[in-house]
Amino acid sequence: MKYVDEFRSGELARALASELEQAMPPGRELAIMEVCGGHTHAIYKHGIDELLPRGLELVHGPGCPVCVIPVGRVDDAVSLALEPNVIFTTFGDMMRVPGSKGSLLDARSRGADVRMVYSPLDALELARANPERELIFFAIGFETTAPSTAVTLLQARDEAISNFSVFCNHVTIGPPLRAILDAPELRLDGLIAPGHVSAVIGSRPYEFIASEYGRPVVVAGFEPLDILQSVLMLVRQLAAGRAEVENQYTRVVRENGNPRALEAIEQTMELRDSFEWRGLGSIPRSGLRLRDEFAGWDAERRYKVPGLSVPDHKACQCGQVLRGLVKPWECKVFGTACTPERPIGTCMVSAEGACAAYYNYGRNRPTRRDKIQA
Amino acid sequence: MCLGIPAQIVEILDPEAKTAKADIGGVRRIVSCALLEGEAQLGEWVLVHVGFALDRIDEEQANETLQLLSDMGEAYERELAGIRASAGESSKGAA
Repeated sequence: MKYVDEFRSGELARALASELEQAMPPGRELAIMEVCGGHTHAIYKHGIDELLPRGLELVHGPGCPVCVIPVGRVDDAVSLALEPNVIFTTFGDMMRVPGSKGSLLDARSRGADVRMVYSPLDALELARANPERELIFFAIGFETTAPSTAVTLLQARDEAISNFSVFCNHVTIGPPLRAILDAPELRLDGLIAPGHVSAVIGSRPYEFIASEYGRPVVVAGFEPLDILQSVLMLVRQLAAGRAEVENQYTRVVRENGNPRALEAIEQTMELRDSFEWRGLGSIPRSGLRLRDEFAGWDAERRYKVPGLSVPDHKACQCGQVLRGLVKPWECKVFGTACTPERPIGTCMVSAEGACAAYYNYGRNRPTRRDKIQA
Repeated sequence: MCLGIPAQIVEILDPEAKTAKADIGGVRRIVSCALLEGEAQLGEWVLVHVGFALDRIDEEQANETLQLLSDMGEAYERELAGIRASAGESSKGAA
């Protein structure tokens, strides 16, 4: 594979891979979850998985903002987009996610004014430019993205922009990790924690994984060497019987995160009693909603949304992929009925989805390693 | 979507509203510096995520990351395409 060859030529990568080989505790099989979809993408793009020693497996986690949104919330978004006089704005990937009655893209072809934005600020700008229209922003993402929505809401309030509202689907990273660690079907030895979420929340919120579950955690950057080095740090902890939270990404992540970003979230949002996740079901106190002070900017309070829990497409195994139970290529519709061009599930839509990453980098069949392990 | 992209501040627009113009992989657009500690300075490198400077980074690291991101292909290209598509619209207003 091309990428592997290029990457293998890196002296540092080779050195790290050989250190990793030596650090492996003899006779043990290790499963390490890379929580973040950005990491999944980098791993398959650069073929990092093929550099790992035998007995060490990387398992994909739920850290893909688009992937975790359940069908019911997509249906709610479609319903909001079809409201009269509304301009519905969303990040690009979310447009193509199928709901039970089609995607936002389908809603657009039925006459809804659905537009792609790069930033919530662009949605606010559209509200300023179109005072006679109602602007709704489809907010998704973990703590990396929530501060951006929060600052945009503060700005809307300060400027008294009343034709702007947010359909809030922000989620927090801790609760789904707890749900995965509590699940009996999957045995994980350690976790690679997401870098940019941690730039906001810091490394401290992962402490429970070490203290309550006895699993080591390393917060990692997104470059191939970052990931490889983080795996090495985890393996060293495991070989030494340690379970600590370590930070490989010190150039961006601090223990306490970004206080201004946390403050903006705190000012505008609060935890919901419960939020439904694709594949993980309803998880208590895992999603964010707007505070009462921001009710005027809350699309869920300004409009009637169906608010139903809708099961995934029968053939779709995104849920199991997100929990690390099924590899993308093990799903029956992978690469056949479900492709990036005509996705059935979210994991095939987003560039950070495990299925899209496998598919785009030619992994539409098991790799040599997968065959050996199977 | 979770990608933070290194960008250089090329113009301070409104210190009060904390807006600046940043060069993100060759595309210039308005970013918010509301999440940075203190005021953004001309020439500074920051990590930009959905139009917000999430944190400061040093130049050397920024260049290394940019190189790696461009090697990453599709995810980076999609992110840049989004910024490019949005740059025209947002540069009219917020300043």
